[in-house]
Amino acid sequence: MSGSSKVIENAICTFCGCVCDDIELTVDSGGKHITQAKNACVLGKAWFLEHKVEDFPVALIDGKEASLEEAVDAAAEVFVNAKFPTIYGLSDTTCEAQKQAVAIADYLNGNIDTTTSVCHGPTGMAFQGVGESTASLGEIKNRADFVMYWGGNPAEAHPRHFERYAVNPKSPWMPNGKEDRTIAMVDIRPTQSSMIADIFLQIKPGSDFELLWAMRALVKGRALDRSVEERTGISLDRLEALVQQMKDCQFGVLFFGMGLTMTRGRHFNVGALLQLVTDLNDFTHFVSMPTRGHGNVTGADNVVAWQTGYNFGVNFNRGYPRFNPGEFTTADVLGRGEADALCVIASDPGSNFSAKAIEHIKSIPVITLDPKPTVTSQHAKVAFTTATYGINVPGTVYRMDNVPLSLRPAFDSPFPSDEKVLRAIKERICELRGITPNHKPAA
Amino acid sequence: MSSAIRIKNGKVYDPLNGIDGEIKEICVQDGKIVDSIPDDSPCIDAHGMVVLPGGVDIHCHIAGHKVNLARKFQPESKRHDVSPRVNELRSGTGGSVPSTFTTGYRYATLGYTTAMEAAVPPLGARHTIEELHDTPVIDKGFYILLANNVCLNQLLEKGRMAEFKEAVAWWLNAAKGYGVKLVNPGGDEPWKGNRNSNVHNLDEQIRGFDLTPRKIIKALIDTTNDLGLPHPAHIHCNNLGHSGNYTTTIETMKTAEGRRVHITHIQFHSYGGEVGKNPTSKAKEISDFINNNPNVSADVGQVMFGDATIMTGDAPLTWQLRNMTNKKWINADTECESGCGILPFSYQEHIYTHALQWAIGLELFLMAKDPWRMVLSTDHPNGGSFMNYPKLIRLLMDKQFRKEQAALANQKAINSTSLLDLEREMSMYEIAIISRAAPAKLLGLDNKGHLGVGGDADITLYDDQEDKEAMFNAARYVIKGGRFFIKDYEFCSDYQGRILHVEPEYDRAITQKIKPFFEDYYTIQFENYSIDDSYVHDGEVVPTKSLS
Repeated sequence: MSGSSKVIENAICTFCGCVCDDIELTVDSGGKHITQAKNACVLGKAWFLEHKVEDFPVALIDGKEASLEEAVDAAAEVFVNAKFPTIYGLSDTTCEAQKQAVAIADYLNGNIDTTTSVCHGPTGMAFQGVGESTASLGEIKNRADFVMYWGGNPAEAHPRHFERYAVNPKSPWMPNGKEDRTIAMVDIRPTQSSMIADIFLQIKPGSDFELLWAMRALVKGRALDRSVEERTGISLDRLEALVQQMKDCQFGVLFFGMGLTMTRGRHFNVGALLQLVTDLNDFTHFVSMPTRGHGNVTGADNVVAWQTGYNFGVNFNRGYPRFNPGEFTTADVLGRGEADALCVIASDPGSNFSAKAIEHIKSIPVITLDPKPTVTSQHAKVAFTTATYGINVPGTVYRMDNVPLSLRPAFDSPFPSDEKVLRAIKERICELRGITPNHKPAA
Repeated sequence: MSSAIRIKNGKVYDPLNGIDGEIKEICVQDGKIVDSIPDDSPCIDAHGMVVLPGGVDIHCHIAGHKVNLARKFQPESKRHDVSPRVNELRSGTGGSVPSTFTTGYRYATLGYTTAMEAAVPPLGARHTIEELHDTPVIDKGFYILLANNVCLNQLLEKGRMAEFKEAVAWWLNAAKGYGVKLVNPGGDEPWKGNRNSNVHNLDEQIRGFDLTPRKIIKALIDTTNDLGLPHPAHIHCNNLGHSGNYTTTIETMKTAEGRRVHITHIQFHSYGGEVGKNPTSKAKEISDFINNNPNVSADVGQVMFGDATIMTGDAPLTWQLRNMTNKKWINADTECESGCGILPFSYQEHIYTHALQWAIGLELFLMAKDPWRMVLSTDHPNGGSFMNYPKLIRLLMDKQFRKEQAALANQKAINSTSLLDLEREMSMYEIAIISRAAPAKLLGLDNKGHLGVGGDADITLYDDQEDKEAMFNAARYVIKGGRFFIKDYEFCSDYQGRILHVEPEYDRAITQKIKPFFEDYYTIQFENYSIDDSYVHDGEVVPTKSLS
């Protein structure tokens, strides 16, 4: 332990998908507590400053304290005795841990799914249907003169999104920052975010698809009757003016959130939005982006996709990856009572899945990996306490725009990383199943 | 297990050492090819087999952000092409953009042991390396995209050439790249900043810069040579796919003024005709130029009929194809560095342009007087998957087969080329050049592409068959780094493979010039940009060559 405080510059905040990498952390002289998180937003400050290394056991088996080795053995036992083991979560851990989780699912012929299936799963499906025009956030910061948010409230969910990426920053092409941009918001009610908008469209709940489709028609120069106002709450005149502005801008961007993906229409809504953006490229440069929530949910999408070909809802029962949202997505697998073992990494389905799914969770052996006790871990057969990524654990994470970053942890944790626990479980599974482990451990 | 292997009685093709089908013994120890090994070492009797160095792919798209977008994008190409887990070997999915494990295993199954990812924006290099770690068996590296780099272009327009060179070297180090890639030089700025337009002429001014595509091309050719990089500037020329683009290609090659340069997927850049009208073949003009200019090398970028994925830093091109096909489409801009376009595609025999592209690629192979400078690629997955290589090899080696295949394609297109007049059949020795020895040599990989003492023990054994497609489809033995990956047709153990990169020297003072640029233009901290050595723990630094 050093006698004086330590400063970590350019540290990376993994609280949300903004993954800001300009945080200056001060760690107290005891080396166990962050006292300052300069540049962090209110959510980031809470993430860093309230982080404490708690006095939990490293693992519990059936609620009783156990060593790491005993718990790894017990977890591997649970896995190899299951016919339909399911792994879920993964959006708040490193890519290195995510890789181990996919390997376990592969070696077990199990099922793997991430929290993407309950947030932007519809975005993934719409993307498969129509593609997307997108950009890294820096291109938006540098060039976007028309910025629209649809069904999201970044002021409260991604507090630095405006400041760092899309509304306020100045750039050589946008020397006056916000003054050089038009900011538009679409939502069903005014929010903290809509207050800063130049244009706010308060639409009728559940009318996103109709409104997007009407805008597509206008972009393509088709005539539209005035009933659009009755259905969506937005007059044709306003809509025509808005679409004209979108066509006239130099570089437009449309961000969208769960207000679009998790309401009536879901992947149809996203498909309409992505296609609207594609249509606008006939007139100008236009891009879109989902405002992803968890710090490394984008990494989870990437790792699962490069290892299997699909980014969530993947099943290996036949010895190779298959994808079918609705069939292999965890909420559905549990809701139908199919999984006979569940491993949850950095997530808490026990608190937010359907009553039927939660009932099933309580009836099967559950393994959890989390820095803190969760509702799910209360029901766990094996519960691991792991170190927190970004604060205690190094590794790779992906920002919402797919830009990868290397974490700069502030101090060590007495607990193992998710990667270490998962790797140990994987190796034990391979021993039990007579499989020689595949890759040598990374340095 | 002993690390020594003897291969005897095999017919060896090793063009870098001038060996053309001799029955010759090859000895392996500790991952390298050696003179001799103890008499009791394990031995393969390769009677009836052909022994070749492991294949080297000089240009493919196998890892990184754009590749992963293409995977997520196309579930329809995966359901019917799965790759089950085999004991420790991980499962995956195929299609024209396979998952990472499947990519490594499939390359190795064909006898390929090295492959180069051809287009990585440095900001995404960390992602590419992560995927390459999960791409087993093969050794691999990647080229970084620098021809639309705003920071470099600003140095260039001000004529700050010394700093430009230092910055290129810094960028290669920061990204752990292997080489420098140019894609549609100067085209990003009009695409991103001027309503999806493009540049079309090497001497046209690039919007927003006092600069032309030619100046960027010249600067990067000179710099890659001056830095002594093992591989020269790797250029995807302007006007890809446009009728009449062969003049742009020749102008680009002339810009090298005798210095080393590599033109990639040159088939896509060998078209006559007028813009907006059907292309014609200018394979002869392009071949003549390359035959007469020994500083120029190229890979073909052969088109193969069937499914492909267009995947390129050339965003305007993909948008144009999208508007022709009306298929689903991806655009992905990377700040200050690159554009990107992705589109599912299918080359069809009956379509004039596709048949013409197919024929032009074959013309280029067959008209090349020096196979060391016209090497094999399909620009995977742009012209078709690397899984087409065995069929392509058969097309080059078997005149009769070529004529049969040509008869199935659009006759107007085929008859407008000289393909049917080309009687040449490539020998096994020439195939060993274009798929092994030459790409290794062009990449400056001294330990690869040959079976001489000191070389990496990357060796492939095929049953010597009349049907070359069948032969090259399934290697009987694949030895990678001295270890068996395939033994008597069966997978036997996995292998990680190394990441190949360069570390050209540079003046540390250049970072003081680049850092302020980051503060103005990027959204990540300069300090978080460079990739630290832990990402290439299994890497190999390929030395730069001092030219002075």
